Amino acid sequence: MQASEIYERIKSKFEDAIVEFKADAIVEPYLEVKPDKVKDICEFLRDEPDLAFDYLMCLSGVDYGDGTLGVVYHIYSMKHGHRFVLKVKVSVNDPVVQSVESVWKSADWHEREAYDMFGIIFEGHPDLRRILMPYDWPEGSYPLRKDFQVPEFYNGMKVPY
Amino acid sequence: MATFEITTRSVRGDLKTDTMILNMGPQHPSTHGVLRLELVVDGEIIVDVIPHIGYLHRCFEKHAEQMTNYQQVIPYVDRMDYVAAMGNELAYVLAVEKLMGLEVPERVQYIRVIMAELQRIASHLLAVGTYGLDLGAFTPFLWCFREREKILDLFEITCGARLLYNYIWVGGLSHDLPSEFGKKLKDFLKTFPKALKEINDLLTFNKIFIDRTANIGVLPPDVAINYGCSGPMLRGSGVKFDLRKNEPYLVYDRFEFDVPVGEGKMGTVGDCWDRYYVRVREMEESLKIIEQAWEQLPPGDVHSAIPKKVRPPQGEVYFRTENPRGEIGFYIISDGHSASPFRVKARAPSFVNLSVLPEISRGYMIADLVAILGSVDIVLGEVDR
Repeated sequence: MQASEIYERIKSKFEDAIVEFKADAIVEPYLEVKPDKVKDICEFLRDEPDLAFDYLMCLSGVDYGDGTLGVVYHIYSMKHGHRFVLKVKVSVNDPVVQSVESVWKSADWHEREAYDMFGIIFEGHPDLRRILMPYDWPEGSYPLRKDFQVPEFYNGMKVPY
Repeated sequence: MATFEITTRSVRGDLKTDTMILNMGPQHPSTHGVLRLELVVDGEIIVDVIPHIGYLHRCFEKHAEQMTNYQQVIPYVDRMDYVAAMGNELAYVLAVEKLMGLEVPERVQYIRVIMAELQRIASHLLAVGTYGLDLGAFTPFLWCFREREKILDLFEITCGARLLYNYIWVGGLSHDLPSEFGKKLKDFLKTFPKALKEINDLLTFNKIFIDRTANIGVLPPDVAINYGCSGPMLRGSGVKFDLRKNEPYLVYDRFEFDVPVGEGKMGTVGDCWDRYYVRVREMEESLKIIEQAWEQLPPGDVHSAIPKKVRPPQGEVYFRTENPRGEIGFYIISDGHSASPFRVKARAPSFVNLSVLPEISRGYMIADLVAILGSVDIVLGEVDR
């Protein structure tokens, strides 16, 4: 199924959750949706027999540098061999996105990583804690944000030493 | 299926048996790096596993944003899955080329295929050898390394490096194949099937090895897909899915090869032995691909398409290839004007495959966990990035 057809399917069910569909984006089209509807849309995409998106290829956090954070979902259907890109954008002051961990288990670690690196809060995630950074990493410090400053000291050691 | 019923021993008085937390790692030999597993055990039976990762975190994604151009990211990509560096380079370079809409000469594509498949054999040899080592078989490890050495020699005469190559460049390759490459490759192709048979006789069909791995760590296909498993992990569960066939890149659609899947030959479909055996058979298939690619190898210049400046247009791409450990993908965002990527996200196969470990370890013994972890075949450099 082509991306535009998949978009039409989502539109017919979740008309008010859609922010923007960009059909001419380089390299592939994407659909931006509202962050508080993303779980319902993902469940719909997984459970409809002719869509059957059963595989989450990648979930990436992004800092766009203008006060917005984003989450990008690259999904794939093993059954039909088609793919689709979903996006959500949230303000850096209130970065809350619905978790899709219950839809695809692979989102579990990916969401923890996005939380760890960007501070995006995934609502409904069962175990949202840091994954790559050490547990004593300062709270509220997210290294992949564009405005991240390398701290002068880490555990009493000067950086760079 | 080897399952163990969790029972509470009746002890005199009000003494109760309780679960215990046991720490495995971060420097346990079976973790092949620094991985800490927090085990919740009832006696010797695993109730739960909580992996703690991040000990090798080197901020790859932050580094990639700080580079002065796209090409500088390639050596960092090498260091992710350091036993299959060619495959990492390939995925990253193909992603950048796709974003730029760059066409590369046929010769470059063929050489890339040969290199990627040689790397797959080398990586699987390491996986097979160390898996035997985890389970107490020392000799196959040495035999595997002897064969792997021949592949590293081939890489060395081509680009000078044995482990981290920086060989595949955006638009081309750093060097063409040297004149003696063909002879050495043919020698390897001739001797390797025999060596593989020896390894099979010694390890694969060894009764002790089968007893340790069959019916252990069974991963059902639907769970594998839901957890995003890929590569031999997914195919071991009987799912015939290989990106070289299902989403062909380079010139893979011109070669004839099979996609081996787990069949439950020694036990249940999706057990440790199946995952292991998929790797062994993939080496045979890679040999077939290399033979065909070498025969069809066209002449040409490997430097002709290398662009002076790499400035992709504003946009983003997610490109994935079949690495020895599974699906490696790069999500690259370009802002259209700067020479370095705005964002690079690496989807590492080991990272995703490791997340299924708790699911397939529950109910088995601690000693089996070593077998299960070995069959997942993780490289911590890639898990932590």
